[in-house]
Amino acid sequence: MQEHLTEIIIFTVLFAVVSGMGFVASRWRRPDDLATLDEWGLGGRSFGSWITWFLVGGDLYTAYTFVAVPALLWGAGAMGFFAVPYTVVIYPMVFLVLVRLWSVSHIHGFVTPADFVRARFGSPTLALLIAITGIVATMPYIALQLVGIEAVLKSMGVTGHLPIVIAFAILAAYTYQSGLRAPALIAFVKDTLIYIVILAAVIVIPAKLGGWDSIFDAAQAKFDATPAPGDGILLNAGNQLQYVTLAFGSALALFLYPHSVTGVLASRNRDVIKRNMSALPAYSLLLGLIALLGYMAIAAGVQPIGKDNNTIVPQLFDKMFPDWFTGVAYAAVGIGALVPAAIMSIAAANLFTRNIYKEYIKPTASDADEARVSKITSLLVKVGAVACILFLDTGFSIDLQLIGGVIILQTLPAVALGLYTRWFHRGGLIAGWVAGMTAGMVMLYNVSSPTKAHFAGSAFPLEKLGLDTKTTVYAGILALAVNLAVAALGTVAARAAGLADGDDATHRDHYFADEGDPRLKDLDLTH
Amino acid sequence: MTTPNGERSDHSPWNRLLIVPIVLPLLPFLFNADEPRLLGFPLFYWLQLAFIAVGVATTTVVYRMTKRGR
Repeated sequence: MQEHLTEIIIFTVLFAVVSGMGFVASRWRRPDDLATLDEWGLGGRSFGSWITWFLVGGDLYTAYTFVAVPALLWGAGAMGFFAVPYTVVIYPMVFLVLVRLWSVSHIHGFVTPADFVRARFGSPTLALLIAITGIVATMPYIALQLVGIEAVLKSMGVTGHLPIVIAFAILAAYTYQSGLRAPALIAFVKDTLIYIVILAAVIVIPAKLGGWDSIFDAAQAKFDATPAPGDGILLNAGNQLQYVTLAFGSALALFLYPHSVTGVLASRNRDVIKRNMSALPAYSLLLGLIALLGYMAIAAGVQPIGKDNNTIVPQLFDKMFPDWFTGVAYAAVGIGALVPAAIMSIAAANLFTRNIYKEYIKPTASDADEARVSKITSLLVKVGAVACILFLDTGFSIDLQLIGGVIILQTLPAVALGLYTRWFHRGGLIAGWVAGMTAGMVMLYNVSSPTKAHFAGSAFPLEKLGLDTKTTVYAGILALAVNLAVAALGTVAARAAGLADGDDATHRDHYFADEGDPRLKDLDLTH
Repeated sequence: MTTPNGERSDHSPWNRLLIVPIVLPLLPFLFNADEPRLLGFPLFYWLQLAFIAVGVATTTVVYRMTKRGR
């Protein structure tokens, strides 16, 4: 620990500064009254292009991504680079979808994706399923942010769980007080630090290692020497389809996560969202460069601490940078975990408040009740995430997150397709959800690796379906196909049987409304 | 943007441009090769990073061309 003293001091100072900002944030763009979900949970729905860029960027590109993606390249090679096509495809794909969601949400005052589903399909049951899916998918994601911090702490020689508990207690306190304003303000610092660190890394480290050519050649040499058939700096015949379906499936899933929706709904108008679809890819470039840190670690001969591959990037920084800059880099990763963890806990809390508490426990809840319940729930969510890390194996959190991606995809028919069509019957959607969930779980259970019998990844081998091939496919996409097929058949069956369909509270015109529209609900909420 | 009967809509022929950056990154035969290298980056890496620019360009064009007059 002694030789890391400089790093620890810089890390602690930056962490303290940011925590202070988190508390002060409640006064930033101060509303008359923080005691509504629109203010606490959505920052007053007033964020412009810049704040949204930092907030959504800080939300989607998490600390875990920054340590896990390079670790994946370090271990498996080209497959880990799926993060780049994933984050290229995503923005043009949701460009038109998110503005529809924004418009209809503003007209009706929706806070969560489940709010929309409830109004669109007239089904509290379907909304409950969507809300539970969202909460279950988000919880392990929050826990994984702790894995990011842990990797950094380990590299500084700090062991034990106490520092993480303290960090999360501070985070919980200022999220409780400031709501979405806290991560929005902190995101400025986090992203500035990350950009500085990564730009320095991609300039300094390759120069020290003899250029990009030798970095890629060193990586290829390492993969050539391993017995594993699937690794290498290029894809092979067996994993190309997995690469493409994983990138595409992850892209479909990303904006179904409640925390992504929270970031989008907090923006001021449709133009802010559209502009961000062009501006957010700056983070994708950053992510691509970060991914290559995995190969730099190979070329530099860096080894992880113990068997924890997530320490690869922190170890690389430690070897390549002077102590003070390593401290800055570690702080960037540590603070990088706080922003998404805060937004995710707010989003999960909003789901609980709106779609479980208000729907089933206290239908008469006032705006102030909702805000209070959400604040308390956000605390509980963080306690749960810390418990995940303290009592469960880290590997288990990663498994859960893997499952999270597959299950959140099962909300696509109701949420994303629901924005475009009212054709589906609520009964069909529920049947599709059940079928997709079941198929997804069965497939993930049957993914094995030499070291693990079950849940060993998301690459489902098609030969298990009786096909004569070595090709693997992302399990989430297959589960979604099952879901859609059952939802469609169920819809036809429900109509044929004359089952009552729910009412649609939305109107076609609601999907195009913009800031300044006299029907916007938030106008009468801020008083 | 308004349709003839006065109802608003997001439809525009420009939207079709968005298909390009969705499809390109999902075609591995385009980029799954080492040569030619650019600045030491194998094709697999530099071309996929270049697709980011394609995404930015198309979303920017679509945004500009479909902006509502106010």
